[in-house]
Amino acid sequence: MSAVPTLELRDLEVAYTVRGIDREVLRSVSLSIAPGEAYGLVGESGCGKSTAAFAAMRYLPRNGKITGGSILFEGKNVTDLSDDDVSALRRSAISMVYQNPATALNPTIRVGDQVAEVFQLSGVSKLDSFAMAQEALVKVQIADPAQVMRRYAHQLSGGMAQRVVIAMALASNPRLLVMDEPTTGLDATVEAEVLDLVRDLRRETGTAVLFISHNLGVIRHMCDRVGVLYAGALVEQGATAELFNNPSHPYTVGLLRCIPRGGLHKSTDRLDTIPGTPPALGLHFDGCVYAERCALADDKCRTQLPQMVTISESHVARCFRSDKAGSLPHLVEQVDFAPQSADKATHVGELLLEISHLSKVFTQDGNKVRVINDVSLTLGVGETLGLVGESGSGKTTIAKLLLGLVSPEEGGVVTLDGKGLAKTLNRRDVHDVGSMQIVFQNPDQALNRRHSVTRIVSRAVERLRSFNVKDSINRAHELLSGMRVDATLHSARPVQLSGGLKQRVAISRAFAGSPQIVVCDEPTSALDVSVQAAILNLLVDLQKQDGVSFIFISHDLGVVRYISDRIAVLYLGRVVEFGTSQRVFNGPFHPYTEALLSSVPNIDGSIRKRIPLTGVVPSPSNPPSGCVLNPRCPRKAGSGYEKLCETEEPNLTEVEPGHFMRCHIPVAKLKQLQN
Amino acid sequence: MPIVSLLAAEYKLFEVMKKFILKRLGLSVITVFLVAVIVFFLTHILPGNVARQYLGRGATEEDLVEFRRVFGLDKSLLSQLFIWIKDLLQGDLGTSMQYRGPVSDLLLPAIGYSSKLAGVAFFLIVPISILGGVVAAMNRGKKVDRLITVGGLSAAVIPEFVWAIVLVLTFGVTFQIFPVTAFPEEGNRDVLNQIWYLILPSISLLLVLFGYIARIARAGVIEALESDYMRTAVLKGLTRRQAVTKHVLRNALLPTIAVIASQVPYLIGGLIAVEIVFNYPGFGTILKGAVDARDYSVLQSGVIISSLVIVGFQLIADILFAVLNPRIRQKVSE
Repeated sequence: MSAVPTLELRDLEVAYTVRGIDREVLRSVSLSIAPGEAYGLVGESGCGKSTAAFAAMRYLPRNGKITGGSILFEGKNVTDLSDDDVSALRRSAISMVYQNPATALNPTIRVGDQVAEVFQLSGVSKLDSFAMAQEALVKVQIADPAQVMRRYAHQLSGGMAQRVVIAMALASNPRLLVMDEPTTGLDATVEAEVLDLVRDLRRETGTAVLFISHNLGVIRHMCDRVGVLYAGALVEQGATAELFNNPSHPYTVGLLRCIPRGGLHKSTDRLDTIPGTPPALGLHFDGCVYAERCALADDKCRTQLPQMVTISESHVARCFRSDKAGSLPHLVEQVDFAPQSADKATHVGELLLEISHLSKVFTQDGNKVRVINDVSLTLGVGETLGLVGESGSGKTTIAKLLLGLVSPEEGGVVTLDGKGLAKTLNRRDVHDVGSMQIVFQNPDQALNRRHSVTRIVSRAVERLRSFNVKDSINRAHELLSGMRVDATLHSARPVQLSGGLKQRVAISRAFAGSPQIVVCDEPTSALDVSVQAAILNLLVDLQKQDGVSFIFISHDLGVVRYISDRIAVLYLGRVVEFGTSQRVFNGPFHPYTEALLSSVPNIDGSIRKRIPLTGVVPSPSNPPSGCVLNPRCPRKAGSGYEKLCETEEPNLTEVEPGHFMRCHIPVAKLKQLQN
Repeated sequence: MPIVSLLAAEYKLFEVMKKFILKRLGLSVITVFLVAVIVFFLTHILPGNVARQYLGRGATEEDLVEFRRVFGLDKSLLSQLFIWIKDLLQGDLGTSMQYRGPVSDLLLPAIGYSSKLAGVAFFLIVPISILGGVVAAMNRGKKVDRLITVGGLSAAVIPEFVWAIVLVLTFGVTFQIFPVTAFPEEGNRDVLNQIWYLILPSISLLLVLFGYIARIARAGVIEALESDYMRTAVLKGLTRRQAVTKHVLRNALLPTIAVIASQVPYLIGGLIAVEIVFNYPGFGTILKGAVDARDYSVLQSGVIISSLVIVGFQLIADILFAVLNPRIRQKVSE
């Protein structure tokens, strides 16, 4: 790079003071971003990604400080700049986009005022600033800017709020844009739109970008170069394609292998995991930060600090054994459970759960809102049914209906093992309650923080199996050990456990009543990929061992594809496609599924044409006439069925054996359009 | 924005707010009515015999009968209640047993005086306490913060009448900076002078309420300072000062408003004690006189009036809270 880099970190060290002790969060991080370049930083939580981002903005928490190295902006050292000068820099040259756009906006100030404020800061008059704010909102493709400007943050959807934040960030024409997990928490289709927008704007403005994400697919899509952070140290860096195709640090290799990528399925593939856990904040290392978890590590790795080794012209890795990284032994957790009894095995696939004509109407503002509309699905013994769809599609409501947490409308029936279940939980007997259990997304909130791990599980055993206290404690220990929660942790409280362990406890609890079906509502969404892989492996093992069936809700299509036998795609409370995992993911696709799948930034870097869904998800209180997808349908125009789509709601029909779709366009036509 | 461009959404919001206010108003009316009923039964049933209580052991049977006739105590309890409430609604607070004159003649001027004191106290307490809270929050963990939080709470544990006496002794008697009474002599009652006389009693109330209000303001400011939107404001390039005034205060002081309104009962309770120490002819002094003389009609009306004030302030706080906070406005409309 001959030109002066826009941002350069030179041996940057940042420490947080925790209980009086400085703990190193960034360990001598050096990187540079050229003008117009997009640089991605990846790594699991706690690796220092966000700290690096905020350090670049010269914004550290109260207990954080730069302990070494320097930050250069366009060649000028800004490490020790005064507060006023830093403010001036932020006003004119660097901007940031945040992970949670909803809270990044002030809740009591109108959105327009907040965007206009940026212009006012650069000396524009109040009147002009509003016109400019409106223009800025147009730039981020907000259709009705004047109206949006008058709203408050809570009146915006997540995607809309992020557009506003981006508009605000670009208002100062920055030369550097720092984006910290800008699409985490957004729906796949919204994420894709926001990423497209960022790419377009970047092409237009030539702004350099520091892009932080835990999502390797997003990084691969968005960035020219990538750096991998582990425990605050940059362990590998390279041009995106180069790094992804030839990862040369064992951590990068492990990270890439954990991800259930396209085509992997539980029936044939086990996911790799990374053993151990990331080191505690601020631990001191003599050798390589990753040595403890690395299958290739030897004595040298543990005692000597590795330097960056050149892999190719545009690719470096901080590893003594980078040449061997590609052949890192696969780490697949040992499975040591008793094989499934022949008796159970013979039942696999037999009909277990039948949901027919399930509907749910909520009353909101005096309006009747039909959030679930005539859903019928089946699930076999030992199978997994994946539920996918954007937020608001009714995934979680279906789970609640099944569990009896909300009662379905007249006519909806849930039949488990040939027996009709009572509509509400309190009218179901203990056996029925035990046979269907749930694992929630956030174990922090689902586990009683005052109870010990044993107590959490044994209480459930006591209730659901009518065991006495002693037996239920024994059973709880059995269950926990089965979920590989170490005996030393059985008396711990949930706070003392990592996210992955907490989720294992939650799974143990769900298994207390020997369930036939466990509903998993985004069980791995809050976890890092390496932990996610271990949890997914555990679920698969449990299924093989006990013949349990899962209903698996996730917005992560890769995960759903990996773990599911059948998949139901939901849109606006309706099943629009239902079939085997194979069918749903390989096509022919329902137009909605097609759009959904095409919006996922895939990790192997193959360019797939995105099929955009135009507009926003309509409100279920006022669904469009005809097919509910028709105003947004990517395949309606030119299909020859426009009239029908707009007037008549299609039925869920079997288009191929075992493959159902709710679409007027004949499957042969769809197939032809999709090739 | 011109008023003409009042959007449909805004109009709906207006309608929603109207509905919300009417609902709260209705609840307030019910509350005051219940207070009236409870107070009535407490005074008429608990001590047993009102006439005997009032006239004392020496009264003859004729005295008692005559007293009951004059004050309508010979009628059934329900009809007494009915008459009392009917009179209240017409603005008739009844007749004082002690002075044999209309209660309103006694209470209204007293309320006027108390309002002056409460007003001065309020305008002293609210800005000083909020300022204290904001300063503490901005200097979190530093000496100023500890001084304000610890000092404020320490001051609050000492009752206001003790403060009143300490203040009178210190600034009134020893240093003679402030007058020892709260009420200037006749011919010297211009507004400024009246306020000057009310400062010392207000300070004794301030000392008690400062700790609570400052603490809530401090918590609100700290929460806002640590919020994501504050971070956004700073990273937009606002200086810390600009960010605090534009983005922090409005959000931070929302909860404080509710707390201030909830402190109004304490303020009224405090007024009574302080008025007595400073010999100020306010509502509290009259009420205390009524208690001493067992003047039930004054007591009843006094309680009704203070409940009206308290409920009124709560209503104002709720409305302010809703108007200032768009999220609550939204919730209200759901």
